[in-house]
Amino acid sequence: MERKPTKKYQGISALLPCTAGYRLPAFFTPFLMIGEVALEVMIPLLMAALVDGGLYHEETYQLKELLSLLPIGNNLQFVLWTGGLMVLASLLSLTFGALAARTSAVASMGFAKNLRHALFERIQSFSFRNTDRFQTSSLVMRTTTDVNNLQNIYQQLLRIFVRTPVMLILAATMAFRINAELAVIFVFAIPVIAAVMYVMIRVGFKRFEVMLKKYDSMNGAVQENLIGARVVKSFVREKHEIGKFNDSADDLQKAQIHAQKLFSLANPIQLGIMWTCTLVLLALGGMKVIEPGSTLNIGDLTSLMSYSTQVISSLLMLSFLVIGLSMTKASLDRVNEIFNEELDIVSPKNSTLKVTRGEIEFDHVNFSYSNNPEVLNLKDICLNINAGETVGIIGGTGEGKSTFVQLIPRLYDVLDGAIRIDGHDVREYDLVELRDSVSMVLQKNMLFSGSIRENMRWGNPNATDEQIREACRIACADDFIMQFPEGYDTDLGQGGSNVSGGQKQRLCIARAILKQPKILILDDSTSAVDTATDERIRKGLRESLQGTTKLIIAQRIASVMYADRIIVMEHGGISDVGTHDELMQRSTIYREVYASQTKEVDA
Amino acid sequence: MPRGSSFDSKMGGRHAENPLKTLVRLMGYYRECKAQLVLALLGILVYSAATTLTYYMLDPLVAVLEAGTNADTARYSALLIGMGALYAIGIGTNFLFNRLMLLCSARIMCAMRKEMFAKMQKLPVSFFDGHTHGELMSYYTNDIDAVREMVQNSITQMLISVVSIVAYIGMMIYLSIPLFFVVIVMCVCIFYVIRIIGGKSRKNFQKQQKAISRVNGYIEEMMEGQKVVKVFNHEKAGLAAFDAMNGELCTVATDANTFANIVGPVMNNLSHIFYALICTVGVLLAAPVPGEPFLAEGTFFASHQILLVQSAALIAFLQYIRQFANRISQISMQFNSILLALAGAERVFALIDMPSETDEGTVTLVRVEEKNGTLTETARRTGKWAWKRENELIPLRGDVRFTDVDFSYDGKKQVLNDVTLYAHPGQKIAFVGSTGAGKTTITNLINRFYDITDGTITYDGIPVREIKKDDLRHSLGMVLQDTHLFTGTVMENIRYGRLDATDEDCIRAAKIANAHFFISHLPEGYNTQLVADGANLSQGQRQLISIARAAVSDPPVLILDEATSSIDTRTEKLIEKGMDALMKGRTVFVIAHRLSTVRNADCIMVLEHGEIIERGEHNALLAQKGKYHQLYTGAFELS
Repeated sequence: MERKPTKKYQGISALLPCTAGYRLPAFFTPFLMIGEVALEVMIPLLMAALVDGGLYHEETYQLKELLSLLPIGNNLQFVLWTGGLMVLASLLSLTFGALAARTSAVASMGFAKNLRHALFERIQSFSFRNTDRFQTSSLVMRTTTDVNNLQNIYQQLLRIFVRTPVMLILAATMAFRINAELAVIFVFAIPVIAAVMYVMIRVGFKRFEVMLKKYDSMNGAVQENLIGARVVKSFVREKHEIGKFNDSADDLQKAQIHAQKLFSLANPIQLGIMWTCTLVLLALGGMKVIEPGSTLNIGDLTSLMSYSTQVISSLLMLSFLVIGLSMTKASLDRVNEIFNEELDIVSPKNSTLKVTRGEIEFDHVNFSYSNNPEVLNLKDICLNINAGETVGIIGGTGEGKSTFVQLIPRLYDVLDGAIRIDGHDVREYDLVELRDSVSMVLQKNMLFSGSIRENMRWGNPNATDEQIREACRIACADDFIMQFPEGYDTDLGQGGSNVSGGQKQRLCIARAILKQPKILILDDSTSAVDTATDERIRKGLRESLQGTTKLIIAQRIASVMYADRIIVMEHGGISDVGTHDELMQRSTIYREVYASQTKEVDA
Repeated sequence: MPRGSSFDSKMGGRHAENPLKTLVRLMGYYRECKAQLVLALLGILVYSAATTLTYYMLDPLVAVLEAGTNADTARYSALLIGMGALYAIGIGTNFLFNRLMLLCSARIMCAMRKEMFAKMQKLPVSFFDGHTHGELMSYYTNDIDAVREMVQNSITQMLISVVSIVAYIGMMIYLSIPLFFVVIVMCVCIFYVIRIIGGKSRKNFQKQQKAISRVNGYIEEMMEGQKVVKVFNHEKAGLAAFDAMNGELCTVATDANTFANIVGPVMNNLSHIFYALICTVGVLLAAPVPGEPFLAEGTFFASHQILLVQSAALIAFLQYIRQFANRISQISMQFNSILLALAGAERVFALIDMPSETDEGTVTLVRVEEKNGTLTETARRTGKWAWKRENELIPLRGDVRFTDVDFSYDGKKQVLNDVTLYAHPGQKIAFVGSTGAGKTTITNLINRFYDITDGTITYDGIPVREIKKDDLRHSLGMVLQDTHLFTGTVMENIRYGRLDATDEDCIRAAKIANAHFFISHLPEGYNTQLVADGANLSQGQRQLISIARAAVSDPPVLILDEATSSIDTRTEKLIEKGMDALMKGRTVFVIAHRLSTVRNADCIMVLEHGEIIERGEHNALLAQKGKYHQLYTGAFELS
């Protein structure tokens, strides 16, 4: 399922490749359904023949041509043969139906599997910028709920979308064959049904939207109360909250009644249409039956009534399906958005460059999250970092520290200028090679469910147990891991929820060390670690990763003051670079930050 | 964190443990709308009777037609008019009970939601700590939705089906006893088939559900960690793991859906087969028509006239059999959704039945005014408060003492051990120590989010257990690390601290908190609407609003739990002034990660493993060269 990034998908074109491998069952399903329906339609005819031929001994009855082919001697045989045919038709219809049940399930679930795979793969290839554009929850929804909706409608398409029209046509044809004059009644019924459904959909949709909004806002209120339970309790606002909730519950109740009122009308209207048809058929048909020289039998009349029910319920079913289809449109659009999202960072073809030393050069780098030269998040950054150097980065929130380091492993691409590693533009390296050589501990980091060992192997799939322990020792994680009853086999839980914030940060550092990178970047990675441990980690890094270029973003001056150089960032630019002592003399910002953290210490 | 075990065993279980009891309790909610329910039931009865009768009308109609050209057309029209009238009644009653049941269900669901929410507000903090938000939200979404589906649709359908089936059975017995026996055989077969398919389908659906939640969980985790995946080049490995789960889901989902799809054709065709059988048997048993061969001639039936079927009755019987089969398959389909709903209802009831936060306190908080050294209770806002124990008034000063306090969340692991401390009115007491040392636990005990295991805590000399929880919490202001703001305007959020505060009060509080400046620069000032937990404000701004909120409530005692730890040090400086203004004249308990924020406390407690290992004022502690000194210098290495 190779998808070219430039191609724009519209409608279902993106979904078609996902049917691959399951097209045969999809192809057969409609035929099986037609078989089932055709046989189902036969049954009222056979019944009419049985009643008219067997019970009333009429001269003409339905399917006479077919039945006269059979070796029927007397009336008893006629009854048995016809009844037998009815049972046979049902069994065949059952077989077709059961087969279609299987093929449609195979086709639609296979389709869903492929679609999920395609979406997952696509999202995995998203760059940071792509990911930023969608929220996590919306990405999850597209791969779960939306796929589910599409899978269901596909299954329905295969089954009911063929079945219902065929049923409609066959039943109507049969009705016309039996008696065209009476069957004309459908011609009147159809526009009535169409009109009713149209009004229902138009008005109903709007009311349902209102209801869903109320529902959302009520659930929002609940969620707020769950998150803020402590606030509610400490301000003793339980009654206040209950009052607010009751209001929104009442609102919802009103909206719900308003929306569903319409549907309590739908049922009686359907019955009205169906029964009117029955009455008209009985009135006109009855007169026809008793006409002298009539060709319409009582059996015909009862089958006509059966067909009328089939025709009208097929029509209703079709209109419900149309509603279903239009509701799936939103899911389809959301899925297409994923496929149409342009990947803005791709690996260059056939690059064999390797990172060998770990020198970094920022050459007049401009960067903007919105790709807008007017709104720059980084402005004209020029800087050389030597291989093996340790560089600290200090600055307030939103001054561009994280942005600055994220450009190095090409998590984002620069707007202007270039970043070079070992003299080559980062865009010339194969992405896997680049990111394997540049190891980064993100500020918002994550561990995954699975054991500690499995999580560590993200850094190096082939790491030995000894290597893993060594990395954890450097990151000061080995001690607490060994205190867990299951040691390195401890399960971390979803998102690493079984360890504390500080432990999580240390594990993330260990994982990054395991890559044995040429460049290691720590983005505020020890904020939850106590100061003594923080110092031990820095010492470990200094001693064990001597050749590695290290960039350390920190809030605490203490975390960076022994770095070879410290960068002070402000407003997306480098305000100053130098050693701790130099900056203490030169940089007002640095002095301010230092003072805010060390006030009165000398006292 | 502690978990209510009896409660949790019910979570996640997909089937009701005691469906009958739950059903009875659920039915109890219909007392909310007795009149409507009775009317609706009447409507259903009339509707079922009317529709059953219309099928019966076919019998005389056909009988008229059998006479051929000599048919009595007047009788035929009369019968048709009767049938039309029955249809009209059917439509009218159908509308009536649909509307009534809708009103009932809406009212019941509303009552149930309110009950659940009110209960939730009464539950202790341990409940919220012990469950994820997702778990708790699912009561309001999944469980309530399942119940709604049942109350709104399934019950009505079920009632109609049962009433109709009873009516059909009556009519069928009346029309022909031998044919009815064929129907009984048919019922047994259908029930048997439903049981087999239903059982298999349920098992497969459970498997599917498990596979879905596995896949969804994985997707959620990987999307959440998408950036980490990129940084570690983990895309291929991630996709491979996903494919394995995805493939398994496909297999089980295919089976589950096959069974779901198969129910329709099976039920449909089973009814056709029986239709055919009854039709054939019926024709064979048809009573002799003059001039026609008599099929049952010479058999057992011929000698027992009662067993024979009139041809017109056969036509009517065939109509009933159709409807009968439809109703049976409808019941079988409703049955699953009812079981699901009962499981949901059982969980909801388990929540409603949970023990509320208990409160045995009797001492209340009252406003007082002081005249000539004696306190008298007043309704006016005097800024002075007192504890009222029986008829004695004890002035509120903010004196908090812990004596030999032990505490454990789960009864096993001791979190606090023999903690003794005191805070004089107006003092600032700070707690420092590593994560898990028990700092937050101490504040949780003061406001009685949790109750101590051993020892005593007194507030102005009164044991906190004797103070009514609401009044106790009224006297304590809290500013937490996770500032939680509510949907509403900035003004409303500040007023949350004291609901009767005027706009001026709120603005004054905002000024104290140093928040006035940025609020007045918001697009709509104090009327700016905050969305989704204040997401349109920065962390620091949200924190300032929460400080203003605490300020407006003007509590004698303040608890600041890591109130500034998520703010960088320069921003903190801005907040500091607001904080200082707020703390003035109050007893304050402050927990901080950053030692610079606690330096000026009257007393600093250093906690480790639930014990106070050092206490004293900043300089004294430093001079002691103990743990505090280590922590402090570890941070700055200035020795």
